[in-house]
Amino acid sequence: MSTRQNKKGMNRRAFLQGAAVGLAGLALPLDNAHASFWDAFFQKHFREMNDAEIKKVISRLENECEEKYKKTVSIGIEKPITGVQFGYGLDLSRCIGCRRCVYACVDENNQSLNPQIHWISVLRFKKGDKWVDLENSEKYYNPEKVPEKDYFYMPVQCQQCENPPCVRACPTQATWKEPDGIVVIDYNWCIGCRYCMAACPYGARRFNWASPNRPAEKINSRTHYLGNRPRYKGVVEKCTFCIQRSRNGRYPACVEACPVGARKFGNLLDPDSEIRYAIEHKRVFRLKEDLNTYPKFYYFFAYGR
Amino acid sequence: MMRSFQPLRILARIFILPAAVILSAQLAVSAEHAPPAKKFLVPPPPFSPGIFPCSQCHQGMPANRTPRKLEMMHQDITLKHMPGGWCFDCHNPGNRDKLKLSNGRLVPFEESYNLCGQCHGTILREWKAGLHGKRTGSWNGEKQYLLCVHCHWPHEPAFKSLTPMPPPVRPADIK
Repeated sequence: MSTRQNKKGMNRRAFLQGAAVGLAGLALPLDNAHASFWDAFFQKHFREMNDAEIKKVISRLENECEEKYKKTVSIGIEKPITGVQFGYGLDLSRCIGCRRCVYACVDENNQSLNPQIHWISVLRFKKGDKWVDLENSEKYYNPEKVPEKDYFYMPVQCQQCENPPCVRACPTQATWKEPDGIVVIDYNWCIGCRYCMAACPYGARRFNWASPNRPAEKINSRTHYLGNRPRYKGVVEKCTFCIQRSRNGRYPACVEACPVGARKFGNLLDPDSEIRYAIEHKRVFRLKEDLNTYPKFYYFFAYGR
Repeated sequence: MMRSFQPLRILARIFILPAAVILSAQLAVSAEHAPPAKKFLVPPPPFSPGIFPCSQCHQGMPANRTPRKLEMMHQDITLKHMPGGWCFDCHNPGNRDKLKLSNGRLVPFEESYNLCGQCHGTILREWKAGLHGKRTGSWNGEKQYLLCVHCHWPHEPAFKSLTPMPPPVRPADIK
């Protein structure tokens, strides 16, 4: 047998074995350059990692960003501040619908320019109409000047629910509510099933149908792992109250962009915060309260009856 | 009987008098050092370039209190704020670099919110609480307040309308 095999070269079994190993070698990245592929594949859940493991993940992601954008992007992992529950207030009597907040958010949070992703939708309602009908509201209004007579405007973004339906819908636990009340997404755990988008009653979540497209010079390099770090194709994203700013004591970008000061932000547990003042002195309401989502986003009319 | 009370009276003189003196002194001190009105961190007032200090022109110029159409300077100002109002309702005819409250107190332009608050008291209260107007900075630390006049030009205070940023792309327009 053996002499025959030697004569004819390889037998079929040896050939198939060799081919299988060879193909596996071709298909599976094993060299050093692809080590990060395996690290990403076996990355643990964000809340199950210890500090050393998180550090390793962060440095891998920062290297990926550096490679992609030829720019240093720092990815923070600031933890929630104890004794803080973030709350947001929006004065509808003052909003003029100028969309400054929308574009400040895009620039702060590295949203894709084309295809376009906006985390904030500004809805326009005619005064006196049945206006809580969100599905039939107008968001493509484009007049010369705002505010327009007889209209008012309501920006909608993630309401950071205390009882978030999106979190329960997620099959991979890639989205969860942090102790400071911010609902976050781990873009490395999101599988893109979009169940959360279907579950959100506010239409606040956005999907990356294509690879996010943003030129390197427009990348905000100060990011947070759970917030504005560059995302991937096929993951869901949404407002995080600018987690990279708010956890460092700063106001979200939309608050600082608003030219009329309609946006209020602060700690719900601090009796001296402006959001508490609004809740205690104004008649506030929350969107779709009947769904028991308990949003931490309060709308109010500071003037008028 | 009188004699037996004498030591008491002396004691009273020794203790009560100084106590009264100390107490009154303390009262005087606390009145003098009442907690100062809270100062708000504000950006510089939005003066037209080169217009401040006002005294560079107005020094030595007599104050004309008659309402009239201004022809030499400040022609851009048409007062659409308070019917029948005139410059010196808010500006100080003496030292022009200050504003004047109705009680006569002079306030710098950086503190103009107190001037506006004389009539718009409820708004001033909400501005101080952070509800009216815009704050930037830190939600748990130092905040910068915009002055009333940054958004409301005091001579014509209605908020000016803005050009909106472009609307989002309609799904039908995505190529």
